Amino acid sequence: MATSMAVLAPPAQAPLHDPAAKARLGLALAALVVLWPLLVLAEFKPWLLFEPGHLSVMLGFVAGFFPPALSPDFLALLGKATLETLAIATAGIALAFCIAAPLGVLAARSLATSRIGPGPGQAADTAVRTLVRGVLAFLRAIPEVVWALVFVRVFGLGPGAGVLALAVTYGGMLGKVYAEILESGDTRPARALLESGASRTAALFYALVPGSAQELASYTVYRWECAVRASVVMGFVGAGGLGQLMDQSMKMLNGGEASTILATFLLLVVVADALSVSIRRALA
Amino acid sequence: MSVRLDGTSLVHPNGHRALQGVTLALAAGERVAVIGPSGAGKTTLVRVLGTSLRPGEGEVEVLGQRPWELDARELRRLRSRIGTVHQSPPIPPRLRVVNAVLAGRLGTWSAWRALASLVSPRDLEGAHEALARLGLADRLFERCDRLSGGQLQRVGIARVLYQQPALILADEPVSALDPTLADEAVGALVAQCEASGATLVASLHAVDLALKWFPRIVGMRAGEVAFDAPASAVSRSMLQDLYASEGRGLPTQGEPLELPATLPAPLLQTAGCR
Repeated sequence: MATSMAVLAPPAQAPLHDPAAKARLGLALAALVVLWPLLVLAEFKPWLLFEPGHLSVMLGFVAGFFPPALSPDFLALLGKATLETLAIATAGIALAFCIAAPLGVLAARSLATSRIGPGPGQAADTAVRTLVRGVLAFLRAIPEVVWALVFVRVFGLGPGAGVLALAVTYGGMLGKVYAEILESGDTRPARALLESGASRTAALFYALVPGSAQELASYTVYRWECAVRASVVMGFVGAGGLGQLMDQSMKMLNGGEASTILATFLLLVVVADALSVSIRRALA
Repeated sequence: MSVRLDGTSLVHPNGHRALQGVTLALAAGERVAVIGPSGAGKTTLVRVLGTSLRPGEGEVEVLGQRPWELDARELRRLRSRIGTVHQSPPIPPRLRVVNAVLAGRLGTWSAWRALASLVSPRDLEGAHEALARLGLADRLFERCDRLSGGQLQRVGIARVLYQQPALILADEPVSALDPTLADEAVGALVAQCEASGATLVASLHAVDLALKWFPRIVGMRAGEVAFDAPASAVSRSMLQDLYASEGRGLPTQGEPLELPATLPAPLLQTAGCR
């Protein structure tokens, strides 16, 4: 073995160069050239934060948040609003999942039997994938608050419009990321099953889901967490929950109430995190 | 005719010419070992037969059908009759062994049956029996990531045994097994073919294993068929020519191969070599 390798090696070798090095340097420089004008355009001036006048204004605003409101009446109101927010976020994510799961599976290239070979039906398959990706892009391109304003006109003020708005936007986001997760793991098991005649559904559940269950679950829980936060914006258009409470407190310049609500959000995010960790552990 | 290639050539997308005018015909129930140095096109040949790769030129016929002229439904049905043992088993680590084996019949199961079987496995006896033939019966409910590489490779073989296909393809099916287990695993594949009348095409690294279990040997070199002969007619000089580019002895899994230098090598010369 060793002797045969020695025979193969050329007697005098020029120093080795990584052929990718030049391209990487070029890309890094290009990124700088693009980013600098973007920062200027975005009026990114972090030093303004530390000018004395601005600092005192900010501190004054933050000081208004203390002490947090802890009166029993307000806490009762807060508890009810928190439950409402959780209900909106959970119902929204559940509906979003129902939209995202089939669309994500349709958009995933790793489940396209026609790509093997390529075989029959490839053109139709590609057309369906492109269409589905377009639908997913449309769903998530329009911000949930705009969808909420649309649905409020149909369903009137209340949580229903918020739930639907979340379902549509988050359906688009989840579907896109599901498709990408299903494409980015080890796709050989799915391909092997498709090559022995398995259907798309069978390949999904016997090959891709066992391989990426953790990632799929963790992204879904993360989106649920985002939905809890997004319900604040929904509250501003009258969709109820913590958002509406926050809206009222801010309008009445009640900083103490606002800070209690923010602490509740922090608690919900921590809970979501713990949930994510335990689900991942269960699926590991 | 179970398998027929005629002037089949395949160029990979990266420009590598993996098969060059390969012509090969196998009758139903025949067993053929494909041997040759690494990079000779053995894997590509197996994948073309498994309708996983579509050749650029030449003809392919598998189980009496031309796969690339079928519609999607017929192609799926054809594929469900082909079982492939992969060198590195394509089995997700979190799947249980029982489901990994039962997955062999997904091509014929309804989606509903497939899903139900993930929750509560449908054919425990069938999976158990296939595993038992490879000495893994006690691993039925283990998760695949608890298995060693050699055990996982045997689960991949058990999946194909359970599938009961009409054509079994095997790409280096025993590369992760020690000589004794490798011998048993190839023996299990051969026994299945003898019992069911299935055709078997296996690419093998170990020449002694090929000569022991396969009546017909195809030697491949640089994408072409270098020789296609009965095992009894394979001589040392044919093998040395085949592996000349590797610049070392013939690859075997046991003792160095003892073959007469000239034709013909007596049948099963290798039986005593381990």
